[in-house]
Amino acid sequence: MNANVERTDVSAMLADLTTVGPEALEKLHVALEDAADREGILDVAYRTIDTPVGSLLLAATRAGLVRVAFDSQDHDVVLEQLASMVSPRILRAPKRLDPVAREIDEYFARRRTSFDVPLDFALSTGFRRSVLEHLPQIAYGRTESYADVARTVGNPKAVRAVGSACATNPMPVVIPCHRVLRTDGTLGGYVGGPEAKAALLDLEAAAA
Amino acid sequence: MKQPFEKVVTEHGATVLRICRAVVGPTDADDAWSETFLAAMRAYPELPADANLEAWLVTIAHRKAIDLLRARRRRATPVDEVPEKASSEIGGTSDGDVWMYVKDLPDKQRQVIAYHYLAGLPYADIAEILGGTSEAARRAASDGIAALRRRLTDAHAKGTAR
Repeated sequence: MNANVERTDVSAMLADLTTVGPEALEKLHVALEDAADREGILDVAYRTIDTPVGSLLLAATRAGLVRVAFDSQDHDVVLEQLASMVSPRILRAPKRLDPVAREIDEYFARRRTSFDVPLDFALSTGFRRSVLEHLPQIAYGRTESYADVARTVGNPKAVRAVGSACATNPMPVVIPCHRVLRTDGTLGGYVGGPEAKAALLDLEAAAA
Repeated sequence: MKQPFEKVVTEHGATVLRICRAVVGPTDADDAWSETFLAAMRAYPELPADANLEAWLVTIAHRKAIDLLRARRRRATPVDEVPEKASSEIGGTSDGDVWMYVKDLPDKQRQVIAYHYLAGLPYADIAEILGGTSEAARRAASDGIAALRRRLTDAHAKGTAR
């Protein structure tokens, strides 16, 4: 008998033992999330959340939120980056992201103006990191220019570097790089695309 | 570059569960699966990027299954006198029907059938996991399949005669 035919034939014979439904695997997956977390080997947990600016990927280490990504950034690619830059021990494990998901929901419902979940800046170093650490101090509904931010972080000439710090913000929405505009008041670029930036600014302007 | 472990679980989770069921049976399969993926996740960062994931997972599942089989046999000895209860428990689920015939095959035949027919590993890889030659693995598989066919045909004949 041809090997493939035989393989199909044997699988059919064993079918009622080996038919695996999605519920069975989902149950095992949840148990694996819990066990991995308990044993301290769940280095990165992630989930997605639906928002008015599309599906957002949220990822957290044990230290805190490490990554937020827009759909347009391709979640699979972002997870691969996390695997090589943080750790490949990554699971879809929503529980760790519950607090930040709740805060993001509240933010989009205009019931929250700042985030207070722990953040893990593992993906940012040096000047970029000091820019990102400053951004949460720009109040909800307010904006600053790239030049303002450069001055505040003590390097007034680094306007362009502020731009690239914003463009590579690993936690958009939560770290409000959308509140940084060009000096002439035009939007400037945004990791989630200009429409998303405009939507976030509109949301905050309507609530403020 | 190494893919996120989640991808390993989604791509190989179903296959590993199938082989666990065929080797340790439906009752212990979930434990075997959980222990396999937990051990795999622990070791994953050290796994070479070009490793054969399927063979690696089957190797881990094989060891976890052996541990479970040993533990079960240790547990089973004192309650050997009450086989009725055990078989009615197993027969109660639809999963148990084929398992009733598979479980009486020698361990090695069940393992080879699972790793070759359910995971798709070549006999050479299976020989490395089980020890012995690939020829011996091939023979164990064909003996096991023949025995299983015989048992299923007999059972079917009895079933229709009733």
